[in-house]
Order: sequence, then C-alpha cells, then structure tokens
Amino acid sequence: MDQGNGSEILLKATKINKSFGNFIANKDIDISITKGQIHALLGENGAGKSTLVKIFYGVLQPDSGSIEINNHKMVITSPNIARKNGIGMVFQHFSLFPALTVAENILIALDNKIKLNKVVDQITNLSKEWELFVDPFKLVSELSVGEKQRVEIIRCLMQNPNLLIMDEPTSVLTPQEIINLFRILKRLASSGCSILYISHKLEEIIELADEVTILKSGKSIATIDAKKTTTKFLAETMVGKKITELRKNIKKRSTTNIAFELKNLNKQKDHEFGISLKNINLQVNYGEILGVAGIAGNGQVELMEILSGEINCEYNNQILLDNSPIGKTNINERRKLGIETVPEERTFHATVPNLTLNENTFLTYFFKYNNTKSWISNLLNNPQNSLDECEKIIKTNDVRCPETNPLASQLSGGNLQKFILGRSLANKPKVAIFSQPTWGVDIGAATTIRQKLLDLSQSGKAVILISQDLEEIFELSDKIAVINQGVLSQIFRVNDITAADVGLLMGGKSIKKKKMETVK
Amino acid sequence: MITFVPREKISKNWIFIAPILSIVFTIFFGLLIFTFLGYNPIETLYQIFVSPFSRIDRISDILVKACPLIIIGTGLMLCFKSNVWNIGAEGQFIMGALLAGFIALSFPNIETKFFLLITLITGFIGGALWAFIPAILKTKLNVNEILVSLMLVYVAMLFIDFIVRGPLRDPMSFGFPLSKPYPEGALINKIPFPGIGFLGQLHYGILFVVLLIPVAWIFVNKTLGGFKINVLGSAPQAAKFAGFSQNSITLTVLLLSGGLAGVAGVIEVSANIGQLQPEVSFGYGFTAIIVAFLGRLNPLGILFAGIIIATVKLGADNAQMTMGIPKVVTGLFEGILLFFLLTGETLQKYKIKWSERKYKWKL
Repeated sequence: MDQGNGSEILLKATKINKSFGNFIANKDIDISITKGQIHALLGENGAGKSTLVKIFYGVLQPDSGSIEINNHKMVITSPNIARKNGIGMVFQHFSLFPALTVAENILIALDNKIKLNKVVDQITNLSKEWELFVDPFKLVSELSVGEKQRVEIIRCLMQNPNLLIMDEPTSVLTPQEIINLFRILKRLASSGCSILYISHKLEEIIELADEVTILKSGKSIATIDAKKTTTKFLAETMVGKKITELRKNIKKRSTTNIAFELKNLNKQKDHEFGISLKNINLQVNYGEILGVAGIAGNGQVELMEILSGEINCEYNNQILLDNSPIGKTNINERRKLGIETVPEERTFHATVPNLTLNENTFLTYFFKYNNTKSWISNLLNNPQNSLDECEKIIKTNDVRCPETNPLASQLSGGNLQKFILGRSLANKPKVAIFSQPTWGVDIGAATTIRQKLLDLSQSGKAVILISQDLEEIFELSDKIAVINQGVLSQIFRVNDITAADVGLLMGGKSIKKKKMETVK
Repeated sequence: MITFVPREKISKNWIFIAPILSIVFTIFFGLLIFTFLGYNPIETLYQIFVSPFSRIDRISDILVKACPLIIIGTGLMLCFKSNVWNIGAEGQFIMGALLAGFIALSFPNIETKFFLLITLITGFIGGALWAFIPAILKTKLNVNEILVSLMLVYVAMLFIDFIVRGPLRDPMSFGFPLSKPYPEGALINKIPFPGIGFLGQLHYGILFVVLLIPVAWIFVNKTLGGFKINVLGSAPQAAKFAGFSQNSITLTVLLLSGGLAGVAGVIEVSANIGQLQPEVSFGYGFTAIIVAFLGRLNPLGILFAGIIIATVKLGADNAQMTMGIPKVVTGLFEGILLFFLLTGETLQKYKIKWSERKYKWKL
C-alpha cells in the first residue's frame, strides 16, 4: 500500500470494534499512522477516542478487528506488550506515585531493571536532549502539572518508542507550557517517532498535526490533511452540523453596583491533597461576567464550596451580597437570597444519577414546599410536589429526554447540563456562579449554555464563571481573575489583559506590565 | 469470559418466573446434597419447606420468628440505604431488652398493660443509646462504624451475662443465671382466637410489625426524611449540594435502627421468654442483615424476606428434631437458597454474555 519511504506505515488498524454492554464505543474504525507523522484524533467527548487508543496500548481488547505494526499482525494483550513493540502512552490522568522521586517513579515503570543512578543519568541525558527539564531527585508531589507530564514523557522516551500516544495533553497546561510541548512533539516527530495526538481543541490540531482522523459516535467519519483545512470545517465535521455563533453585546448593561463580594477569605485545606485558599478578594457587579481562569486543582473546588455555601465562612462579613454579610448562611438560605451555583461535577454532585429528573428537581427545590402549609403536608413533602416545575424546566430549556421523567443517568452530558442550568435559572437568581459549565459538553449544547450566561448578564444579573477553558473565559467575561495555588490574582478588565498574561498568571508567575490598572 | 450486560427492559413475567425458578433450582440441588449425604431427600425437603406450613399453629410460629427479623431489618434498611453500615443490631437488641428488663423488674407488682408502652420506649432508648456510641464516634471523629458497632455486640453479650449472673439474678433461681420473672404488666400475651384458643405462640407483638411496615414505607417513599436518606446513600456530594447534613442523617438512621432493634429485643423477651437470661437473642441481629438485603432494602420486601428466612430456620429445626439432620447441613441448604434467590434477582436486571477469548497470550 505504501508509496515510497516517506509514507511507510507504522501502525495500521482495520475494522476495530469495541462495545461496553449496549454502548458501542468503536465501530469499524480504520486508521493508519505513517512513520514520523503527527496524527491527530479529533472528536467530541464520548466519540470513542480514548477507547481506541487504549486498544492500541493494550489496556482494552477489541471485540474484533486487526492491528498491524510494521506490516506484522499484532495482538496487543497488555501495555507490557505494547511497550515492547515501541508504543508509549501518556495518559490524561497521570499515573505517578506522589510520595516517590522522579527517578524512582521512572525506575518502577521500567521493564528491564537497572540501577537507580543509571536511571538518573539517563533522565538527565534525555531531559537535556529534549529540553524536558525535571529534577530527578524531586518528589513527584512537589512537581507542577506540566512537570509531571514531562516525567511521563521521559518515562515513555526511556523505551525508545516508535509511537507516542498522548491523550488530551494540553487540558492541564498553561499557554506557555503548551507552546513548549508542541515544540518537543514536533522535534520528536522529525526524529522519526510517530505521535498519535488526541484532542478536541481545533486550533491545536491545525497547528500541530500532519493528518487528522475525526471520530463521531464511535465511527471514523473522515481523515483529512490537517495542513489544508480550517477550524470551522473541522468543527462542523466533528459535530455534523452548522455551528451557530454567539449573539453578543446586544445592549450591555454592565453597572457599577457591586452585587457580590468576597473579602479576605482564608480557608485551610481540609485534606492532604486539597488546596488552602489564601486571602481571596473578589467582587462582581450587576450586569457583568467575572471569569476566574486557572488550571484544575488550584483551589477552584474549594472556592466553589465557599461561594455556594456548602461550607460556611469563618466570619459572616467575608461574603457580602448587596453589602449585607451572608458568610455564615448555608446553601439553601443563599438560594432563597438569590444566589445559585452550578458545580463542576454534573453527576453525583449537581444531580443524583439513579434518581429521576423530577427527584433531582426536588433536590434543590424541596424547601420551597416547606413551612407554608399544614404540618402534615410538611411531613409528606416529597418529589411529587416538584412535578410541574420539573416539566417547566425540561420544556423551557429544550432538555431532550428518552422518556418522560427519565433517570438523570439516561441523559447525555449536554442535556443533563441544560437541565441543571435550567433548574438554577428558574429560580431567577441575582447572582449566578458556574464552575466549568461546558466541560465535556458537545459543541451545540456548549453554545446554548454560553448564550444563556451572556443573556443572564445582559439582563442585569451578576455572573461568576470559573473555567479552565481560556477561550471560553475570553469569549464571555467582562473581567478576568486567575486562581493559582489558592491565591486569586487582581481582577483585570478583559481588554487590559492578553491570553499570554493570563497564561503566566495561571503558571504562578507575575506579569510585568507597566500600567496594569486594577478594576475598582 | 463472562460479562453481565444490563437488560434494557425488565420483563414483567420474569418478576414472577425468577423466584419460582430460584426455588426449583434450590430444591434440585437440595435433593442432590441430601441424597449424597444419605438422608431421605423427599422427607428432608418436606421437613424444611412444607412442615412449617403443615399446621396452623406452625404457620403462626413462622410469624413469631419473623417478627424480630422484620423489625430489626426495617431499621437496618434505613442505615444501609444511606450507606451507614450498622452491623451491631444484635448488641442493640440485647441492650434494648436489658434496659427494658431493668425497668420491668423495678416494678414487680405492676399489672396494667399500659406499662408495656413504657418498656417498649425504654427498649427503644436502650438500643438507640447503644447505637449512639458508633454514631457519635463516626460523626465527630470519623471512626469506622462497622468495627465499633460489631465490637459492641460482644460487649453487650458479656454485659447481659454479667447482669443476670450478678445484680439481677433471682435469688430463687437455684443458681441458674436467670432474673426474676417479669411482672404481668410487662408481658406480651398470646392472641386468643374465639373458638380456637391460642395459635401456637402468636402474640400481640405482631401488631407492631403490622404498624411498622406501612409507616416505614411511607417514610421511605413519601417524606423528605426518606428522600434525604436516599440521596445521601446514592451521592453524598449531592446531599451536600442540597444542603442535607450528612452528620445528622447518619446520627438519625443509627439511632432509629438501634432503637428498632431494642424494641425487637423487648418484644422477644416480653412475649417468648418472660425474664432475662444470658441468651436473649439467637442471632436475630445478624440474620436481619440478610433479611434487609434479601428484601432489597424495601419495607414490603423485608416483610417477605423475614417470613422466608423464618420458614427455613424453623424447617431446619424440624429436620433436626425429626430426622437428626445436623444444623451445618441445613445451614448449607439455607446458603443455596439465598444464592439462587439473589441470582434470580440479578438475572432479572442483567443478562449474561458469554464471549470467547479471541486473543491468546503471545510474546
């Protein structure tokens, strides 16, 4: 099949099928990767990307289909065998022991055992050669996320791989770290190591990849030359329909009335791997969106708990709503005051997966049916009460249900998120706080959700948006702050700050701009 | 390779066929085992399954035996639904019986049956207090409730043993470790049926079960409290998001289940024994764990599960008395029964997919 040396095929997979129960993750997928190529795998969440690469790496076994490596038919029964055949993989969630040093972590993973000092030498050589700077004697728990990723890459390089699989590597990196990573990947490819790069970020793929295979609902729908395509074309192929643009700034009603304020908030971490919040000050006005950027795990979860009222503040005046202290109110009292929060985790936090949508409506509405009627109806306050409101939420938010009143687990991520948002917004909040509202949601639903946030601020409400997605932050926010290691930066107007600046702040660096005015 | 695949639709017929098939399989394997061990298989099965139903007084004995199992099982249901693992109902049963016994023996001449109300409440308090220890340790110090509640069972067993051999021993008991008999007001009578007289040991305590099951059903399905328990058990984070306090739910379910176990202890002693003795429970607190799960953590299910387990236990006693079959053999049979009942349950919801291993290990 191959024509000449330039396109010698390294890995060829034909008709890969894999299903989990009734769910078909991969259906008749064909893909071939040539030597030295950066091949991107693009698709929405749940399109089957991770399943496919796990099959290549031997973590999963396909139901049917064949894999050829260097024209030899291979059966990859375990990651061990994958590594022996020159396949290395960097997972989205790192598999490192926090209590061990970098060198020890790499030593453990090696198939052939060598002395620790030899490993240290090899690490030092590799990190010099590839500009993957890490200190082999540092404990992994002390490393930043970017450094941890470098350790994982070095671990793969120790085995001299022919194919390096990277699963969503940039989701945890700052813009600067991403640039670095891309440089390294390109150098690796030009030295002959193929790279299979998984992502749902379109710009990245166009910048990095030679060829891109698009997956949709488990099927491979196109393989395109990445150098000759556009983000728009990729997006529409990936989603399978035209994408609507956001309607922005029809009439911006940003005001100077402070709606919601956080003052000198400190919160000690409550478990070993938590983040302590340090002296956080934050304010948001009516009619504007405040974006809080930051890499995951820098205190967003802890901040959200404080904002929502799941955890109380130490002092009542650490949180002000319309200038009155509410730091010691609980989550339901804040709901009554007009503060609604949407946490990051859709299932098991914002909803209970094995309860129906109506029961999930009742979850945050139950107190509305209390205290008004006789004691007997208070006693018998049950999900029956919220049926009407649930129906309204489903209708007004276009939540597509497979049956009437389905279990929350039966909805797709996007539909469930629309339901959760609708449930909060139906309470007509003055202040709405969202954490990663479009994470893992398909593009269509993400656009709808972003539009909702814009509409909310345009109708004069205060919105706080905590997000890892820098594009989303810049697209929606009027003001931006960055959280790093539990410390919140100053608040900047969106026009006063660039993505590169935000990237520096995300990485814990300070920005040296001459006239960076803080917003009052 | 065997994989379990969830069924898309659970067929209505299978809800009836599955338990019948489970019983058929149990009987089949029972026949095999009894034959191999040299017992008359038909006779044995008759003793275990049929003889408990063979006379009306025996049927009433099933109810008597099931009574404490159902009461304790209902309490445990609340714990297990909220992911709180109270394994110590046996101890709470004993402490409920003991505290109520202490009150009963303090009023040796009382005759009015209203006094029962006091002993039942005392029993509830006794059981709840014993469950309060794991509850407070769990909520304040995050101590594992499984270990604490289980260990307290043995403390309770030794404590009642000490009490009936020491402080509360009847001086007229000729050295036996027994308390004085309860006063009339603290005894639960057998139910007289006009024209028939008493039906075995059937006593008024059964009324408590008749009351408890619908109340429990309403509580679980129709109240905010039941909803909270359900949410906490399925998703603790979501419970936080709804503003439900995890600690107060944990405390409540442990106190309720301990209290119910205590009440079961009072009923058992007041109706069937009439005085305190070293052994007041016969593993009811542990068997009730099986009852709660076999009843799928549902009050109506627990009612049936309690009756099934009580039947088999009584049948096993009959087999031992009439045919000399040792308890270990009938215990094995009980195991087979549970195995097939739970298998039937599972296969209603999942179907088995056999897939051959297509890939062999190759280096």
